[in-house]
Amino acid sequence: MTAAPFTLDDLKRVLLEGSGAPEGVDLDAADVPDTEFEQLGYDSLALLETASRIEREYGIELDESVVGDATTPRAFVAAVAAHAA
Amino acid sequence: MTVPVVVTGLGVVAPNGLGTSDFWNATLAGKSAIGPLTRFDASGYPATLAGEISGFAADEHLPSRLLPQTDRVTRLSLVAADWALADAGVAPADLPAFDMGVITASSAGGFEFSQGELKNLWSKGSQYVSAYQSFAWFYAVNTGQISIRNGMKGPSGVVVTDQAGGLDAVAHARRQIRKGTGLVVAGAVDANLCSWGWVGLHTSGRLSTGTEPTTAYLPFDDRAAGHVAGEGGALLVMERADAARERGARVYGEIAGYAATFDGRDDRDGRSLRKAVELALADAGLRPGDVDVVFADAAADPGLDRAEAEALTGVFGPHGVPVTAPKTMTGRLYSGAASLDLAAAFLALAEGQIPPTAHVEPADRYGLDLVTSQPRAAELRTALVLARGHGGFNSAMVVRSAA
Repeated sequence: MTAAPFTLDDLKRVLLEGSGAPEGVDLDAADVPDTEFEQLGYDSLALLETASRIEREYGIELDESVVGDATTPRAFVAAVAAHAA
Repeated sequence: MTVPVVVTGLGVVAPNGLGTSDFWNATLAGKSAIGPLTRFDASGYPATLAGEISGFAADEHLPSRLLPQTDRVTRLSLVAADWALADAGVAPADLPAFDMGVITASSAGGFEFSQGELKNLWSKGSQYVSAYQSFAWFYAVNTGQISIRNGMKGPSGVVVTDQAGGLDAVAHARRQIRKGTGLVVAGAVDANLCSWGWVGLHTSGRLSTGTEPTTAYLPFDDRAAGHVAGEGGALLVMERADAARERGARVYGEIAGYAATFDGRDDRDGRSLRKAVELALADAGLRPGDVDVVFADAAADPGLDRAEAEALTGVFGPHGVPVTAPKTMTGRLYSGAASLDLAAAFLALAEGQIPPTAHVEPADRYGLDLVTSQPRAAELRTALVLARGHGGFNSAMVVRSAA
């Protein structure tokens, strides 16, 4: 368990490490946090990989529903925060 | 009854050349890529030579999103497909998705990717295995990734028949085009020169343990003692002849005939291979005298060489047709080999040059007119490509230059 909260920047880093950069999308754009992952170019497998990397890096266990339910970066970060709490 | 199917694009990733012209120039020049394995320390293995592709930087050709989920073989396949489509002058985005298919062959899938994930599994635990392992290892992964990248949703598949697969995939693509699919990307690229893959390749008992690059792989030579393994292959864009003509495409030639057979348990004289040749000629409506050059399977195992030579002299007569094996410069590429031979055959037909068989001094007893050391200029209209897969697969394909 880490003390630092999980942020959008952390999510971006893990996405890039595990699944690479999407084509033609600027992940720093202002509307990214509320854009659907699918629109950003990340499919369900990319989110599975991301969840798995967060679990082992932060020593937490995420519910399987996180990947299915959190369809935007902001929702994903909130879901991770809820599990880490 | 059946519509002619032609090849309009070639994408080549070979140890002795990346891209069609690099490969062809190297092949005509007799430039071999066989050398000591560099990908990992192979000094503890019986075989230490390979035909490696060097200078391939996947990130120069593919988006970063694809890299964490692909094995080397898939990256090579994706780039070969891109090059083949560009060569054919085809923009898949402009064509109906369900009218384009992808059919590849594979002998091993994504071995190196799997090696890394299995290492993670036993050393760190299951939570360290990539989600992408679910498909990155898979025989069909090259077909799948090419299909996704190019939006090709028509009839697709994969065949697994070792070295024969390089022809079997193209034959299956021809079937799908005859059934109505407009365009198919077909052929094979194989790449498993990682330490785990290397162990697997040794199980065939057919790898050369020679340490001298110029003498380690010598098919039809008295010194033959197994083959050198290589990586790479070729992908072809295939279309109906009339459709290709209609869009004004450059046509390399036609897939005129094909047949596949299996060896019987006591098949030591090339009987089944000969049958495949005869059936492929019949399928093409041609006679042995119509064939201008043969691209041999060239196993470099004395028994297998004899069987192939007997099949060829049986059909064409002793010294009855020029025979070549440019794979002596790349090593055997498993599924990729015969697809690369097909590409070489079309280039040979176009330029009237039979590429050489490197370093080989053919044994008289085989009765083959083997083209060695230098390319041979000849009027070429029809070529026969042979491929044998481990386990008894024989495939023969006849290709003919565009009329």
